[in-house]
Amino acid sequence: MTDVHLGVPEMPAPDFPAEVRARLEADAKEIIGRYPDSRSALLPLLHLVQSEEGHVTRTGQQFCAEMLGLTTAEVNAVATFYTMYRRKPSGDYQVGVCTNTLCAVLGGDAIFDELKRHLGVENDETTEDGKVTLEHIECNAACDYAPVVMVNWEFFDNQTPESARQLVDDLRAGRDVAPTRGAPLCTFKETARMLAGFPDEREGAAEATGAAGAPSLAGLRLARGEAPGGRVVSQRGADQPSQQPPGHGPDDPAQGEESE
Amino acid sequence: MTTESTEPTESPEKLLTPVLSASWAEPEPWTLETYRRYDGYAGLAKALAMDPNDVIAYVKDAGLRGRGGAGFPTGMKWQFIPQGDDKPHYLVVNADESEPGTCKDIPLLFANPHSLIEGIVIACHAIRSSHAFIYLRGEVVPVLRRLHFAVREAYEAGYLGKDALGPGKDLELTVHAGAGAYICGEETALLDSLEGRRGQPRLRPPFPAVAGLYACPTVVNNVESIASVPALMHNGKDWFRSMGSEKSPGFTLYSLSGHVACPGQYEGPLGLTLRQLLDMSGGMRPGHRLKFWTPGGSSTPLLTDEHLDVPLDYEHIGEAGSMLGTKALQCFDETTCVVRAVTRWTEFYAHESCGKCTPCREGTYWLVQLLRDIEAGKASLDDIDKIDDIADNINGKSFCALGDGAASPIFSSLKFFRDEYEQHVTSGGCPFDPARSTAWADTRDPHLEVSA
Repeated sequence: MTDVHLGVPEMPAPDFPAEVRARLEADAKEIIGRYPDSRSALLPLLHLVQSEEGHVTRTGQQFCAEMLGLTTAEVNAVATFYTMYRRKPSGDYQVGVCTNTLCAVLGGDAIFDELKRHLGVENDETTEDGKVTLEHIECNAACDYAPVVMVNWEFFDNQTPESARQLVDDLRAGRDVAPTRGAPLCTFKETARMLAGFPDEREGAAEATGAAGAPSLAGLRLARGEAPGGRVVSQRGADQPSQQPPGHGPDDPAQGEESE
Repeated sequence: MTTESTEPTESPEKLLTPVLSASWAEPEPWTLETYRRYDGYAGLAKALAMDPNDVIAYVKDAGLRGRGGAGFPTGMKWQFIPQGDDKPHYLVVNADESEPGTCKDIPLLFANPHSLIEGIVIACHAIRSSHAFIYLRGEVVPVLRRLHFAVREAYEAGYLGKDALGPGKDLELTVHAGAGAYICGEETALLDSLEGRRGQPRLRPPFPAVAGLYACPTVVNNVESIASVPALMHNGKDWFRSMGSEKSPGFTLYSLSGHVACPGQYEGPLGLTLRQLLDMSGGMRPGHRLKFWTPGGSSTPLLTDEHLDVPLDYEHIGEAGSMLGTKALQCFDETTCVVRAVTRWTEFYAHESCGKCTPCREGTYWLVQLLRDIEAGKASLDDIDKIDDIADNINGKSFCALGDGAASPIFSSLKFFRDEYEQHVTSGGCPFDPARSTAWADTRDPHLEVSA
């Protein structure tokens, strides 16, 4: 919690409404049952309360504390350590632009700047319509698809400033948006429920977008003697794996690693 | 400068040996049905017919070394688990892949999750564990979905659950999503996190093999290490040792990224060189030269084009002054400012420092301040010595390797590119145009560049 209170301590947070609490308790018991020690359920429980309210509130923290026999201070210490727990209301879609070195150099910085300008928000701010929260994120283990943008933690690979701008426009307009790797987008709250350990039961969700994009298959295709794919600039929604773009093939005489 | 050219090879791609990635071009390689067509769960059958101690000895003899960075022999890690004690034993798979540049476990789990699950069952048989955990970083929901799917399939098929390891020997597997913290890739921080605490590293000893999860004997292994076990068991240790070298045997995933023509996953024997990988994959992007690269993520000291012919195995990369790490080959060309790259990595380490150890917590903070000034041309030449000194005060002086990792890019970039740091100071700013480094720089006019 970012508010600083001096003097009288805060009153305990209000409880969830009875109906919500009953539902969350059933979920919480299922989560706790997965672990030999109940405290291990704390991270999933924080995802669970985030799936209810969109961020981790004092009410949510108190619920976790009660379920696990911890103090709210112990829960708060954990909730504030991890970056995926939001501490304030945020948008339905969290748009995270990787600005760690490799993505940044390959264009992540330009994409992030463009989105800030286009949306009129700064890092960790939400558009006025409550749809999009913009963030810069750290390396998301997709460097061979750089520059990468994540929306609710689904992969949008090989982005450009233009494609990213189109992406947020589509999100705000409520148009269907499909990741390059991952399932059709659901809201941030629904994503948080999966992170709590409840599988995505939507038809076709696990199968969506197939096994791998072209970079994942680059070595396999080479080993089989198939034509290697070039740098793939597959935009969001485009069919993939895509063909190698001209001028990026192995026949190109400019073998960059050769030097004087 | 190039030290030597490679021997002409008729088809360098023949050097590749897809094992874990062999099935990825199938329509649905993540399913049990496809996995079985690729001999899936055959290694398990063989392992379950063996005495657990023999499985450990077999993996040890095969020479499999940890693929998560440190390269510790996997079989030896298993052997450290005390047997005959009355405590539960745990296997925890480290799927918290967050090291900048590292991108092998995520595509592996997305396409082939059963290889990990089979490896887990074999490992649990070996170390006599009845409960395993996959600690997956939370920011990769598509992978979480596939793991949920595959674990459910494995339960239904009886590879997990009641009597999975034989009569009366059950095995539970819990998929646990993290919540965003690089430090949880460090094994003891991971264990604290899995226990529902802030992810902060523990002082060792005791090591996890003695007092790990819930203070019980615990093996923590990387995804790729465990996923490599089924093929090793099925095809045999001689087959495994036919790849790589005496001390670094076997196959591995190399992840090529950055300013290369064809970024991606290349699975081959340990000991390939970056030159071989670039040659077969189309080299750097057209018209550009390799400037610097990391052999295994940002925590491994960066190398230059002098090191193109160093075999990518634990020994040779170590001799070259770096570490094999995760084989995350991030390649940057001559358009890239090394000060910018190192500043960004350092910002990452400062952000991800858990705050437990003073040298790392304070040192990374001050490094960021100084590096930003250097990059902006607002620093003095003394500040270059100062970052060297601060890095020296972090390196080896913290509980875990995050501090060492933060020092690596500083030391190595100063070693090879000190003049570039000085140039920033003397010319009062960065001489590079970031627009030239982007993925689209050479394919269109930079009319949309929004330079910071």
